[in-house]
Amino acid sequence: MLAAPVSTHALPAIVDQVFILFKDWLVSFLPTSWRPAAGVVLGVIAIVCVFPALFALTTVFERKGLGRMQNRYGPNRVGPYGLFQPIADGVKSLTKEDVVPLNADVMVHFLAPLTLVVTVFMGFAVLPMGRNMALVSLDAGLLFFFSMSAATELSVFMAGWSSRNKYSLLGAMRAVAQMISYEVPLLLSSVAVVMISGSLSLPKIVEAQSGYTGVFPHWYIFTPWGLASFLVFAIAATAETNRSPFDLPEGESEIVAGYHTEYSGFKFALFFLAEYLAMFSISGIGVTLFLGGWSAPLSFLNVVPSWFWFFSKVMLSIFVFIWMRGTLPRLRQDQLMNFAWKFVLPFTLLNLGVTALWRFMGEGWARWVVCSVILVGVYVLMGRVGMFKKHFGPRSYRYAE
Amino acid sequence: MSPVFYILAAFTVAGGLAAVLLKNTVHCALALTVAFAGLALLFLNLDAQFVGFAQILIYIGAVAILVVFAILLTRGTETPREGVFSRSWLAGLVIAACVFSALGWAVLESARALPHETAVPSVTVHDIGAALLGRYVLPLEIVALLLTSATIGAVIVAMHEKGSAH
Repeated sequence: MLAAPVSTHALPAIVDQVFILFKDWLVSFLPTSWRPAAGVVLGVIAIVCVFPALFALTTVFERKGLGRMQNRYGPNRVGPYGLFQPIADGVKSLTKEDVVPLNADVMVHFLAPLTLVVTVFMGFAVLPMGRNMALVSLDAGLLFFFSMSAATELSVFMAGWSSRNKYSLLGAMRAVAQMISYEVPLLLSSVAVVMISGSLSLPKIVEAQSGYTGVFPHWYIFTPWGLASFLVFAIAATAETNRSPFDLPEGESEIVAGYHTEYSGFKFALFFLAEYLAMFSISGIGVTLFLGGWSAPLSFLNVVPSWFWFFSKVMLSIFVFIWMRGTLPRLRQDQLMNFAWKFVLPFTLLNLGVTALWRFMGEGWARWVVCSVILVGVYVLMGRVGMFKKHFGPRSYRYAE
Repeated sequence: MSPVFYILAAFTVAGGLAAVLLKNTVHCALALTVAFAGLALLFLNLDAQFVGFAQILIYIGAVAILVVFAILLTRGTETPREGVFSRSWLAGLVIAACVFSALGWAVLESARALPHETAVPSVTVHDIGAALLGRYVLPLEIVALLLTSATIGAVIVAMHEKGSAH
């Protein structure tokens, strides 16, 4: 546990550490030997309560936001502005009949949503959600996070295979292929951060970005290699969480609902929950790696508590996810794979080289120019060559003209 | 040996046994994953964080998926009519016993070979990285070369199939 005593008792410091102080106060009623375990249990309870609550809020905001983008109202009947819609949805999914197909593999069919939700929840254990607010501070925290997100793939496969439904199996195969393909750039773009900060521990990565030049922060996204890594990370994270435009695994116009076609009631709700929790956790890790974690965007804003900044950044990233869903059309399977292996992966490998160059060129403006020129040049060149190979002519419309 | 070790060991052995004894091939693959997870937890129980997490990332995240894909892409998951027991089970048993005794002997001898390790050594991820890219850089490069050639081989196999189909 990271429970450093708060030395200054100024009001901002107390508000900043309010959750830690509250936990310490609750734990202080117990005998000393129980305190570490009780602290961990309280942390787990907080995570298990806060993120599903955020999930409930996000579903209604997503539906309202998509409604706005598609020129309709969205949910507006339950409660003021439809805000109580998640409660209605929850009651509905709890009371719905749990249908299991006759031919399904009952045991695996039952276990798939459970293992999925458990592994997704595990990822939150290492996220630093504020100053001193990581549930466990592991030396290999980043590796733990990625190993947990890799373990979710098997649950998706279990769901698709056990349903004995061709759409489920197709969806699961698509999901697993996509997740494996985009896991490589996801990991390699994070490796760039590890190379610069020299640590796999997430609190240390946040600390490495916590300085300021004037009022501007030292976040990794404000460096050439950091921006490139962040863009690759954002693309790979979208694919990893099966969000639009990479939502082929549940492409409803082709394969009904993908791997959770044969799930209903509360088990379906668990899949839905796991998808959104994965979005939160991958946003949290992206914020930690590139956007300075819980540090404030301008130095004088540090009076605002650190947890506020973490959750603001995560929700901003969720908003971008929703915005992309409302804007971009779905990719084709071949486009998805070509993009991953022929563009994103080579570019990420090049970015690793650029990051090493940045590390060894030392301070000064020369490394900014050299790294930016290499990255932009290669980006443009790869794009041009890719476009040239496709033989794109003038755009033609089959039906509109 | 703590009770945690016995629980994890039982978990791992049960997973391994299920992987051998279950009828359905996909169930076997999933049981094998349980054994992998048990091994990872054993590593974590020994405070070997890096190895434990790498075990999960590579074996559960990649190898298990690969096994499952291989099963689905090759043949049905149902048990063959003639049963799952091979005719050469006796030879297999002998080979397995030999491998097991060799490994067991190596593990038991290691306590005598390293008699001075009294305290638990604290190895950070940083130390592992330094060792991999310092003292063990040559084996690492050889493994990298091997994996690259395997990848190129796989690509060539796939390309050939595509070319001859047309």
